[in-house]
Amino acid sequence: MKRTLFRQRALAYLLIAPQLAVTAIFFLWPTGQAIVQSFQQEDAFGLHTSWVGLANYRALFSDPTYIQALGVTVVFTVAVTLSALVVALLLALAVDRLVRSATVYTTLLVWPYAVAPAVVGVLWWFLFNPTIGPLPYVLEQMGYQWDHSLHGTDAMILVVIAAAWPQVSYNFLFFVAGLQSIPASMREAAAIDGAGPAKRFFTITLPLLSPTTFFLAVVNLVYAMFNTFPVIHATTQGGPAGATDILVFKVYQDGFVALNLGSSAAQSVVLLVIVIALTAIQFGWMERRVQY
Amino acid sequence: MVENRPLLNILAHVVLILGVAIVAFPIYVAFIASTHGPTDFLSGLIPLGPGHNIVPTYKTMLTNGMASAGMPPLWLQMGNSLIMALSISIGKIAISIISAFAIVYFRFPGRSVAFWLIFVTLMMPVEVRILPTYKVVADLGMLNTYAGLTIPLIASATATFLFRQVFLTIPDELMEAARIDGAGPMKFFWDILLPMSRNNIAALFVILFIYGWNQYLWPLVVTTDTSHYTIVMGIKRMADVTDAQPQWNYIMATAILAMLPPVLVVIFMQKLFVKGLIETEK
Repeated sequence: MKRTLFRQRALAYLLIAPQLAVTAIFFLWPTGQAIVQSFQQEDAFGLHTSWVGLANYRALFSDPTYIQALGVTVVFTVAVTLSALVVALLLALAVDRLVRSATVYTTLLVWPYAVAPAVVGVLWWFLFNPTIGPLPYVLEQMGYQWDHSLHGTDAMILVVIAAAWPQVSYNFLFFVAGLQSIPASMREAAAIDGAGPAKRFFTITLPLLSPTTFFLAVVNLVYAMFNTFPVIHATTQGGPAGATDILVFKVYQDGFVALNLGSSAAQSVVLLVIVIALTAIQFGWMERRVQY
Repeated sequence: MVENRPLLNILAHVVLILGVAIVAFPIYVAFIASTHGPTDFLSGLIPLGPGHNIVPTYKTMLTNGMASAGMPPLWLQMGNSLIMALSISIGKIAISIISAFAIVYFRFPGRSVAFWLIFVTLMMPVEVRILPTYKVVADLGMLNTYAGLTIPLIASATATFLFRQVFLTIPDELMEAARIDGAGPMKFFWDILLPMSRNNIAALFVILFIYGWNQYLWPLVVTTDTSHYTIVMGIKRMADVTDAQPQWNYIMATAILAMLPPVLVVIFMQKLFVKGLIETEK
């Protein structure tokens, strides 16, 4: 808070007006619309809308494809978060050990963050192409018939890899920063007391890294739930048989392709509740961190 | 490093080299594929050595595109992506820095309401409310326009908070001194605040440029006219040709060109990129 403030009210409103205008027109109004529409139903010709109470939500939660999408989203989100975190931590620990070559490795590892998720999806789609891709060829030598257009598990593995790949770079940077902020004296003291590298990792490094890990876990969950639409859309389109149909893909598909307004609006509201919960967790954690 | 364990050092190198290889492998294969002719893929497996078709492939894609898939030339799509990335990053920075200025340095009724309104946008990612947002843009007649591509995305709570944080660390004395010297608010903003936040602006710009360039869902729904396609969404339309085997050499050339600008930005502005990444997540 500043001690003294300017008093030109008109100027203040003028300065904040553009941000508020965009916020109101393109954020608040559509979100409000989604909430209202989730309680309405349109007739077949789109001429008449009527209030239907919770009917859209009831229909949604008794729809087996939506229940399946919920399950798929949980599996997908957890798999992306875990794999991106574990791989990034491993790389960060390795970089942290090396003094001279650390910057070179860092440069070589951070740039995937800049590659668009849609492009990443297309790249892995190509690598896993059942007829010409090199990875199915290798798998075939090992006796596995890879086909993500037929097998749900294969498709899930494909989208998890594609979605986690750029996120590893992001986590890596934060883990490196987190590791550097752990005082060397602690690890040295433990080493003098005879703790080996593995013991030091589990008793000192990992606990002291837990704020970073928690923060990254939330960020990765949000990423996997809401920013991976391009990965799905550019590759499996939710298939085969809904095996990779995550919630953000379904809300788009039901709204734009199936034109089911009521259901799509209800799905928007469910997603909204999830974002609000995740944001609350994130900020709750930040508040706590400030008090340290 | 706590103690010298050569074995662990070797292990660290192995892990990192493996990591770099996993990161680089898809790009390598994509680049190799883009250097081959269209018939080289019929033999059964992607060739793993470079081909001789690199110049014709890139030339065709850049100047002609792929008419059969409704793909305009790539130079046009890259131009659209550039316009989108620049408008979004500059737009976000501009409207966020002035709203942070208003929130930190002015006393006016409704200030905390305004702050909360900006804050709640954090909880409304476009993916979640895509259909009603599309409707608003359609009703405003902004489909297939650059305004429709960019303006709905330029509100930014993150950028506003970042600048608010920066301004809060600037000593009060500077503003008091400026006032005593007779400087009005806008002069204070231009001559003191803006120069002092130069580094933050640059770091934020790097992050937002990547964000804007990589947009996918939004251009997918607001552009139906090929002249407004961006390269990141265009690549998907190309891979979509269902009746024919996808022309992988062209698709991979597009992928390489689509990732090149943001990747170059990250490599050459790594310091700013890291700073921006860490600041925007505070």
